[in-house]
Amino acid sequence: MTLMRVRDLEVRIGGRTISSVPSLDLGPGECVAIVGESGSGKTTALLATLGLVEGARVSGAVTVCDTDVLTAGPRRLRAIRGARIALVMQSPQAALNPAMRLGTLMRRALARHGVKGPAAKARAADAVAAVLLDEGVLRRYPHQVSGGQAQRFAIALAIALGAEVVVADEPTSALDVTVQAEVVAVLRRLREERGLAVLIVSHDLALVSSIADRVIVMKDGRVVESGPAAAIFAAPADPYTRELVAAVPELPPPYDPASPPASPPASPPASPSASPPASPPRTGGAP
Amino acid sequence: MSRATLRAEDVTLAYGHTTVVHGVSLSVDEGGVGLIGESGSGKTTLARALLGLLKPRSGRIVYGSRELPAMGRGERARFRGAVQPVFQDGSEALDPRMRIGASVAEALTAHHRMDRAAREARIAELLADVGLDPALAARRPHQLSGGQRQRAVIARALAVRPEVLVLDEPTSALDVTVQARILDLLQRLREEHGLGYLLITHNLAVVDRLCRTSHVLYAGRVVETGATRDLLTRPAHPYTLALRDAVPRIGVPTAVPAAVTARPAGTGAPAVADRGCPFRHRCPLAVDRCHAEPPVLRDAGGGRRVACHRAEEVLSGALRQ
Amino acid sequence: MTTVELRGTPLRRVGNLARADVLATVGAVILAVIVLAALLAPWLAPYPADGGSATHPAEALLPPGADHWFGTDQVGRDVFTRILFGARTSLFIAVAVLGLAAVAGVTLGVVAGYAGGVVRDVIMRITDVFLAFPALLLSLALAVVLQPSVTTVIVAIAVTWWPWYARLTASVAQSVAGRGFIDAARCLGVPAPKIVFRHVLPNSLTPVLVQLSLDAGGVILTASALSYLGLGAQEPAAEWGLMVEQGQTLFTTDWWVVTFPGLAILVTAFAFNVLGEGLRAGLDPHRRAR
Repeated sequence: MTLMRVRDLEVRIGGRTISSVPSLDLGPGECVAIVGESGSGKTTALLATLGLVEGARVSGAVTVCDTDVLTAGPRRLRAIRGARIALVMQSPQAALNPAMRLGTLMRRALARHGVKGPAAKARAADAVAAVLLDEGVLRRYPHQVSGGQAQRFAIALAIALGAEVVVADEPTSALDVTVQAEVVAVLRRLREERGLAVLIVSHDLALVSSIADRVIVMKDGRVVESGPAAAIFAAPADPYTRELVAAVPELPPPYDPASPPASPPASPPASPSASPPASPPRTGGAP
Repeated sequence: MSRATLRAEDVTLAYGHTTVVHGVSLSVDEGGVGLIGESGSGKTTLARALLGLLKPRSGRIVYGSRELPAMGRGERARFRGAVQPVFQDGSEALDPRMRIGASVAEALTAHHRMDRAAREARIAELLADVGLDPALAARRPHQLSGGQRQRAVIARALAVRPEVLVLDEPTSALDVTVQARILDLLQRLREEHGLGYLLITHNLAVVDRLCRTSHVLYAGRVVETGATRDLLTRPAHPYTLALRDAVPRIGVPTAVPAAVTARPAGTGAPAVADRGCPFRHRCPLAVDRCHAEPPVLRDAGGGRRVACHRAEEVLSGALRQ
Repeated sequence: MTTVELRGTPLRRVGNLARADVLATVGAVILAVIVLAALLAPWLAPYPADGGSATHPAEALLPPGADHWFGTDQVGRDVFTRILFGARTSLFIAVAVLGLAAVAGVTLGVVAGYAGGVVRDVIMRITDVFLAFPALLLSLALAVVLQPSVTTVIVAIAVTWWPWYARLTASVAQSVAGRGFIDAARCLGVPAPKIVFRHVLPNSLTPVLVQLSLDAGGVILTASALSYLGLGAQEPAAEWGLMVEQGQTLFTTDWWVVTFPGLAILVTAFAFNVLGEGLRAGLDPHRRAR
């Protein structure tokens, strides 16, 4: 079963291709990541899967849960958005109505999809627990929760409405590292336990490698490389992918008491420039 | 050249009745000093104080031998020239209505008169020094890429021949490949100009690259201090450990640090502790003592200082997964 | 899903922008015509002498026709001519009032917004005092104390108008003052006055400019109201408000005397408003794609 299927997607504005994805398949419990830097067309591709690209020529085929997104009417699109496929954005707090408690927000969203009363309550409780949030969070207003909590609530909302696919646009880049780890852990758990499919867009390769099964690398609107995440990160074939992988800053390995390194860990490095070997010399040319 | 050092001595900072930084001491030297913390840790507030933009509630900001508020006009001007900021967002740090050249020129003429020809030559030189095409001087900030803007900000800072740069998340708004190039640039500039860096970030890898010593800030307090490489390899504070374990690495599945999951769900930003350790609510090792008695920064050997009652256990691997 | 949907993609905004541009263009074109008419009044007017004190009792109250497009008034002056000359007075009043009010208001506002603290409090309390008086009443009182004249009208309206600009500018300047490039300038040691006038002021001006164009129509209407009450321009000067006042008793019998100057006021106020509305939409950073 395939929840999302993209073939020969091409988004053009004024004759210029701003994003093209030849092929993308997403099944239950899978995670595909689109990786690229700003201007690579990755976010446009993601919006196209939701039928949210306007003012541009979109060609190809995008099928989400047996609905052809590109040809479906607005009513049909609204029916699948939320109920089958949900969007999680970079800053969820901006997307939550500040005048509504999170519980109210969730109740209204459920009511719109025909879930009311005790059933709605049970769904909300289940969804909130699924993202490791305390039920108390439902009594708070958006400004009273942290960025990580708001992001997990956005995911909970998707779960409560029964979404099978979550589409996430840089879901963690506005978050601190520890919070980022929480969100990633929640997404992984939901994939394993509920078969949630995740399409994630990010420029953070390290993050992507820790969550995605397959990776699509984009540059200037085109896919330069795609394949299983492990293979791509182990042996990037395209020069651009290699550059991306090399640019990921590396931490020194953790000290293992069982096999201490040659130099005593207590001594500081001789000079800061003798730091990680991970970064090959680069020219200082303007990016 | 004998450099004057920039120091914070037992600095406490507050907005209104909210104390954001509690008695922090640090000193910026040429090896580079990292200030590691997440949002709400008070790191940016501390940076503003070190730049002279915010007055400490108590404690002192010292440059050379003089305390900041006690400086005379001339000394203050010297301080202004010597300590320069590079903020996270280049589009925010440059006046959107001014051309890049004009922004740099403003720095050049802030303290000295300069005739037009000399000024233009110097602007071109500065832009070239940070790897920008001097022709970009005629552009406005929104016409540049994120990386180019950040380079322009650095060029402007260099215009006053500073001794210390206060770098507040200088690369976190940039694409990864651009980040790496800006870090290369910062490393080269430090060697060429003999700059002292205070680097404020939540990105441990960036600190590792640029700073010899680091301070970890949690809820406005320094919880651990030491040589960066050592600190990151063998954290002595559970929070430092949580930070480093949370960093995603290629090929290594991200472990959710124990200190993260231990946090009771539903609690928001770290509460400022009146009693006890500020980290106790998130700490998997917290015992009765941690709730009753705030740990003070103490020597943990090898130049390390840590504010944790159970640092020895953390060092010996009590939290290793 | 409803709670996390995108608010208008950049592409969708293009439509709004175009509509705003149409509005602004329409306003600007009408205003350009009015300004040109005012400047060229002596050459455009069919009877230039009628702009002043000339009288032609024999031709009094002629209805609109080939000789007099807008008819003639009680003393036989060509209404069209007087509307052209009146445009000079009305536009002059609008520009002078807004100029005075903006210079005073923006200067105080930008200082208040940047300095904050006590300085801001003092300046804001002063503006509050001025705002506490109903504008028309204060203008009336001033116009009564001073001699009725165009200058009086300008001073009277400006005095009631500047506090709005002070408030608006102060709030904008305050947010500009918190931005990174202001901190950067302070760290460079740029003196405060330079920071205020080089960085804070230019970056606070957009909403003020928009407000000015939205207000211009209001100023013309207020000035006309004061003239209408006999406190502004005096005979034989041509001024639209004055013309309406003098013609009002003739409205049922000789409608043209009052209708055409009234329409002139309406069209000018409308043009300024449309321009302001267009500018507001066009310059709004939230609606403009980067």
